[in-house]
Amino acid sequence: MQTALFIIFGIAAIAGALNLLFQHHPINSALSLVVVMMSLAVLYWSLGAEFLAAAQVIVYAGAVMVLFVFVVMLLNAGVEEHTSGSKIAYIAGIPGAAAVFALLAFVFLKNKAALGTTQLGGDLNNVVSNLTEISHTLFTSLLLPFEATSILILVAILGAVVLARKEL
Amino acid sequence: MVPIAYYLVLAAILFCIGIAAFLIKRNVITIFMSIELMLNAVNLTFVAFAHMWHQVSGQIFVFFVMVVAAAEAAVGLAIIIALFRTRQTLNVDSVNLMKN
Repeated sequence: MQTALFIIFGIAAIAGALNLLFQHHPINSALSLVVVMMSLAVLYWSLGAEFLAAAQVIVYAGAVMVLFVFVVMLLNAGVEEHTSGSKIAYIAGIPGAAAVFALLAFVFLKNKAALGTTQLGGDLNNVVSNLTEISHTLFTSLLLPFEATSILILVAILGAVVLARKEL
Repeated sequence: MVPIAYYLVLAAILFCIGIAAFLIKRNVITIFMSIELMLNAVNLTFVAFAHMWHQVSGQIFVFFVMVVAAAEAAVGLAIIIALFRTRQTLNVDSVNLMKN
Protein backbone atom coordinates (compact mmCIF):
# COMPACT_ATOMS: atom_id res chain seq x y z
CA MET A 1 0.00 0.00 0.00
CA GLN A 2 2.64 2.50 1.06
CA THR A 3 5.02 1.42 -1.70
CA ALA A 4 2.26 1.93 -4.28
CA LEU A 5 1.41 5.38 -2.86
CA PHE A 6 5.08 6.36 -2.79
CA ILE A 7 5.73 5.25 -6.38
CA ILE A 8 2.56 6.80 -7.87
CA PHE A 9 2.76 10.14 -6.10
CA GLY A 10 6.56 10.34 -6.19
CA ILE A 11 6.45 9.98 -9.97
CA ALA A 12 3.59 12.53 -10.12
CA ALA A 13 5.67 15.00 -8.08
CA ILE A 14 8.77 14.54 -10.25
CA ALA A 15 6.71 14.82 -13.45
CA GLY A 16 5.09 18.01 -12.18
CA ALA A 17 8.44 19.52 -11.23
CA LEU A 18 9.95 18.65 -14.63
CA ASN A 19 6.90 20.14 -16.33
CA LEU A 20 7.45 23.34 -14.32
CA LEU A 21 11.03 23.38 -15.62
CA PHE A 22 10.20 22.78 -19.30
CA GLN A 23 7.03 24.82 -19.79
CA HIS A 24 7.55 28.30 -21.22
CA HIS A 25 4.28 29.86 -20.09
CA PRO A 26 4.02 30.84 -16.37
CA ILE A 27 0.43 29.62 -16.05
CA ASN A 28 1.45 26.10 -17.12
CA SER A 29 4.29 26.18 -14.59
CA ALA A 30 1.88 27.31 -11.85
CA LEU A 31 -0.57 24.49 -12.57
CA SER A 32 2.18 21.86 -12.61
CA LEU A 33 3.38 23.22 -9.24
CA VAL A 34 -0.15 22.51 -7.91
CA VAL A 35 0.31 18.88 -9.02
CA VAL A 36 3.62 18.71 -7.09
CA MET A 37 2.03 20.13 -3.94
CA MET A 38 -0.98 17.80 -4.04
CA SER A 39 1.34 14.78 -4.48
CA LEU A 40 3.46 15.98 -1.56
CA ALA A 41 0.28 16.23 0.56
CA VAL A 42 -0.40 12.53 -0.09
CA LEU A 43 3.21 11.68 0.79
CA TYR A 44 2.90 13.65 4.07
CA TRP A 45 -0.26 11.70 4.85
CA SER A 46 1.49 8.40 4.18
CA LEU A 47 4.23 9.47 6.62
CA GLY A 48 1.65 10.05 9.36
CA ALA A 49 1.48 13.86 9.16
CA GLU A 50 -2.27 14.26 8.69
CA PHE A 51 -2.39 17.88 9.85
CA LEU A 52 0.41 18.90 7.49
CA ALA A 53 -1.27 17.09 4.58
CA ALA A 54 -4.43 19.15 5.15
CA ALA A 55 -2.43 22.36 5.65
CA GLN A 56 -0.44 21.66 2.48
CA VAL A 57 -3.63 21.38 0.44
CA ILE A 58 -5.28 24.43 2.02
CA VAL A 59 -2.31 26.80 2.39
CA TYR A 60 -0.05 25.86 -0.54
CA ALA A 61 -2.25 24.32 -3.22
CA GLY A 62 -5.11 26.60 -2.18
CA ALA A 63 -4.01 30.03 -1.00
CA VAL A 64 -0.45 30.47 -2.29
CA MET A 65 -1.03 29.04 -5.75
CA VAL A 66 -4.27 31.01 -6.20
CA LEU A 67 -2.20 34.11 -5.41
CA PHE A 68 0.38 33.08 -8.04
CA VAL A 69 -2.23 32.39 -10.72
CA PHE A 70 -3.95 35.68 -9.82
CA VAL A 71 -0.72 37.65 -10.32
CA VAL A 72 0.05 35.85 -13.61
CA MET A 73 -3.43 36.77 -14.87
CA LEU A 74 -3.22 40.34 -13.50
CA LEU A 75 0.13 41.10 -15.15
CA ASN A 76 -0.90 39.28 -18.35
CA ALA A 77 2.41 37.38 -18.35
CA GLY A 78 3.19 35.82 -21.71
CA VAL A 79 5.69 33.27 -22.96
CA GLU A 80 9.15 34.09 -21.62
CA GLU A 81 11.79 35.23 -24.07
CA HIS A 82 15.29 33.82 -23.91
CA THR A 83 18.36 36.03 -23.78
CA SER A 84 22.11 35.47 -23.64
CA GLY A 85 21.99 35.14 -19.85
CA SER A 86 19.88 32.00 -20.04
CA LYS A 87 22.51 30.21 -22.17
CA ILE A 88 25.13 30.67 -19.42
CA ALA A 89 22.57 29.41 -16.91
CA TYR A 90 21.97 26.30 -19.05
CA ILE A 91 25.70 25.53 -19.27
CA ALA A 92 26.44 26.12 -15.57
CA GLY A 93 23.07 25.34 -13.99
CA ILE A 94 22.22 21.83 -15.22
CA PRO A 95 25.59 20.22 -14.30
CA GLY A 96 25.63 22.09 -10.98
CA ALA A 97 22.16 20.88 -10.01
CA ALA A 98 23.05 17.35 -11.18
CA ALA A 99 26.21 17.43 -9.04
CA VAL A 100 24.25 18.53 -5.96
CA PHE A 101 21.72 15.76 -6.59
CA ALA A 102 24.45 13.13 -7.07
CA LEU A 103 26.09 14.14 -3.77
CA LEU A 104 22.79 14.10 -1.82
CA ALA A 105 21.63 10.78 -3.35
CA PHE A 106 25.03 9.19 -2.63
CA VAL A 107 24.91 10.23 1.05
CA PHE A 108 21.28 9.12 1.52
CA LEU A 109 21.65 5.76 -0.23
CA LYS A 110 24.94 5.04 1.57
CA ASN A 111 23.12 5.43 4.91
CA LYS A 112 20.00 3.60 3.72
CA ALA A 113 20.20 0.86 6.37
CA ALA A 114 20.87 3.30 9.22
CA LEU A 115 17.93 5.50 8.24
CA GLY A 116 15.45 2.62 8.48
CA THR A 117 12.08 2.11 6.82
CA THR A 118 8.66 3.71 7.13
CA GLN A 119 5.29 2.24 7.97
CA LEU A 120 1.98 3.67 6.86
CA GLY A 121 0.46 6.17 9.27
CA GLY A 122 1.87 7.82 12.34
CA ASP A 123 3.70 6.08 15.15
CA LEU A 124 4.72 8.92 17.45
CA ASN A 125 6.02 8.11 20.93
CA ASN A 126 3.29 7.98 23.66
CA VAL A 127 0.77 10.41 22.13
CA VAL A 128 -2.93 10.26 21.35
CA SER A 129 -2.87 11.57 17.81
CA ASN A 130 -0.77 13.63 15.46
CA LEU A 131 -3.02 16.69 15.67
CA THR A 132 -3.26 16.53 19.48
CA GLU A 133 0.50 16.40 19.81
CA ILE A 134 1.11 19.26 17.36
CA SER A 135 -1.43 21.54 19.01
CA HIS A 136 -0.16 20.64 22.49
CA THR A 137 3.44 21.48 21.54
CA LEU A 138 2.43 24.60 19.66
CA PHE A 139 0.36 26.09 22.48
CA THR A 140 2.61 25.17 25.42
CA SER A 141 6.36 25.08 24.79
CA LEU A 142 6.31 26.94 21.45
CA LEU A 143 3.72 29.58 22.31
CA LEU A 144 6.11 32.53 21.88
CA PRO A 145 7.31 31.56 18.36
CA PHE A 146 3.69 30.88 17.41
CA GLU A 147 2.65 34.40 18.51
CA ALA A 148 5.70 35.84 16.74
CA THR A 149 4.52 34.26 13.47
CA SER A 150 1.16 35.98 13.84
CA ILE A 151 2.98 39.32 14.07
CA LEU A 152 5.07 38.29 11.04
CA ILE A 153 1.88 37.61 9.06
CA LEU A 154 0.47 40.99 10.13
CA VAL A 155 3.65 42.78 9.00
CA ALA A 156 3.57 40.81 5.71
CA ILE A 157 -0.03 41.91 5.05
CA LEU A 158 0.86 45.56 5.69
CA GLY A 159 4.02 45.25 3.57
CA ALA A 160 2.10 43.71 0.66
CA VAL A 161 -0.51 46.47 0.78
CA VAL A 162 2.14 49.21 0.91
CA LEU A 163 4.26 47.68 -1.88
CA ALA A 164 1.37 47.07 -4.27
CA ARG A 165 -0.05 50.59 -3.84
CA LYS A 166 -0.41 52.75 -6.94
CA GLU A 167 1.91 55.60 -5.90
CA LEU A 168 5.04 53.91 -4.54
CA MET B 1 7.77 -0.53 3.82
CA VAL B 2 9.57 2.17 1.90
CA PRO B 3 13.07 3.06 3.14
CA ILE B 4 13.37 6.60 4.54
CA ALA B 5 16.30 7.08 2.15
CA TYR B 6 13.95 6.89 -0.85
CA TYR B 7 11.85 9.74 0.54
CA LEU B 8 15.04 11.76 1.04
CA VAL B 9 16.19 11.00 -2.53
CA LEU B 10 12.78 12.09 -3.85
CA ALA B 11 13.16 15.35 -1.89
CA ALA B 12 16.68 15.76 -3.33
CA ILE B 13 15.33 15.28 -6.87
CA LEU B 14 12.65 17.93 -6.33
CA PHE B 15 15.17 20.31 -4.72
CA CYS B 16 17.62 19.96 -7.63
CA ILE B 17 14.86 20.50 -10.20
CA GLY B 18 14.03 23.64 -8.19
CA ILE B 19 17.67 24.79 -8.38
CA ALA B 20 17.78 24.17 -12.15
CA ALA B 21 14.48 26.02 -12.69
CA PHE B 22 15.71 28.91 -10.53
CA LEU B 23 18.84 29.26 -12.68
CA ILE B 24 17.29 28.65 -16.11
CA LYS B 25 13.96 30.46 -15.94
CA ARG B 26 13.92 34.14 -16.98
CA ASN B 27 10.40 35.02 -15.85
CA VAL B 28 10.43 36.46 -12.33
CA ILE B 29 7.13 34.75 -11.38
CA THR B 30 8.44 31.33 -12.47
CA ILE B 31 11.68 31.92 -10.51
CA PHE B 32 9.53 32.63 -7.46
CA MET B 33 7.62 29.38 -8.09
CA SER B 34 10.87 27.40 -8.17
CA ILE B 35 11.75 28.84 -4.73
CA GLU B 36 8.42 27.47 -3.48
CA LEU B 37 9.32 24.10 -5.03
CA MET B 38 12.62 24.03 -3.12
CA LEU B 39 10.84 24.92 0.14
CA ASN B 40 8.41 22.03 -0.45
CA ALA B 41 11.26 19.61 -1.08
CA VAL B 42 12.90 20.59 2.22
CA ASN B 43 9.53 20.17 3.97
CA LEU B 44 9.40 16.58 2.72
CA THR B 45 12.78 15.83 4.35
CA PHE B 46 11.55 17.35 7.61
CA VAL B 47 8.44 15.14 7.60
CA ALA B 48 10.49 12.04 6.70
CA PHE B 49 12.92 12.65 9.58
CA ALA B 50 10.02 13.36 11.96
CA HIS B 51 8.62 9.96 10.98
CA MET B 52 12.02 8.35 11.47
CA TRP B 53 12.53 9.69 15.02
CA HIS B 54 8.84 9.24 16.02
CA GLN B 55 8.88 12.88 17.14
CA VAL B 56 6.53 15.72 16.28
CA SER B 57 9.16 18.50 16.22
CA GLY B 58 9.93 18.03 12.53
CA GLN B 59 6.27 18.56 11.71
CA ILE B 60 6.23 21.74 13.83
CA PHE B 61 9.20 22.94 11.77
CA VAL B 62 7.24 22.32 8.55
CA PHE B 63 4.31 24.27 10.02
CA PHE B 64 6.55 27.29 10.64
CA VAL B 65 8.13 26.98 7.17
CA MET B 66 4.61 27.02 5.66
CA VAL B 67 3.68 30.15 7.63
CA VAL B 68 6.84 31.99 6.60
CA ALA B 69 6.44 30.84 2.97
CA ALA B 70 2.89 32.19 2.87
CA ALA B 71 4.07 35.58 4.19
CA GLU B 72 7.00 35.52 1.75
CA ALA B 73 4.68 34.76 -1.19
CA ALA B 74 2.43 37.73 -0.32
CA VAL B 75 5.33 40.20 -0.03
CA GLY B 76 7.19 38.77 -3.03
CA LEU B 77 4.19 38.99 -5.34
CA ALA B 78 3.57 42.58 -4.18
CA ILE B 79 7.20 43.36 -5.10
CA ILE B 80 6.65 41.72 -8.52
CA ILE B 81 3.55 43.90 -9.09
CA ALA B 82 5.50 47.04 -8.11
CA LEU B 83 8.35 45.95 -10.41
CA PHE B 84 5.97 45.43 -13.32
CA ARG B 85 4.44 48.89 -12.72
CA THR B 86 7.80 50.65 -12.97
CA ARG B 87 9.61 48.54 -15.63
CA GLN B 88 6.72 47.08 -17.70
CA THR B 89 8.56 43.72 -17.87
CA LEU B 90 8.79 40.42 -16.02
CA ASN B 91 12.12 39.38 -17.53
CA VAL B 92 14.88 39.35 -14.90
CA ASP B 93 17.53 40.21 -17.52
CA SER B 94 15.93 43.63 -18.13
CA VAL B 95 15.86 44.46 -14.41
CA ASN B 96 19.50 45.57 -14.14
CA LEU B 97 19.32 49.03 -12.57
CA MET B 98 21.86 48.17 -9.86
CA LYS B 99 24.26 46.40 -12.27
CA ASN B 100 27.54 48.21 -13.18
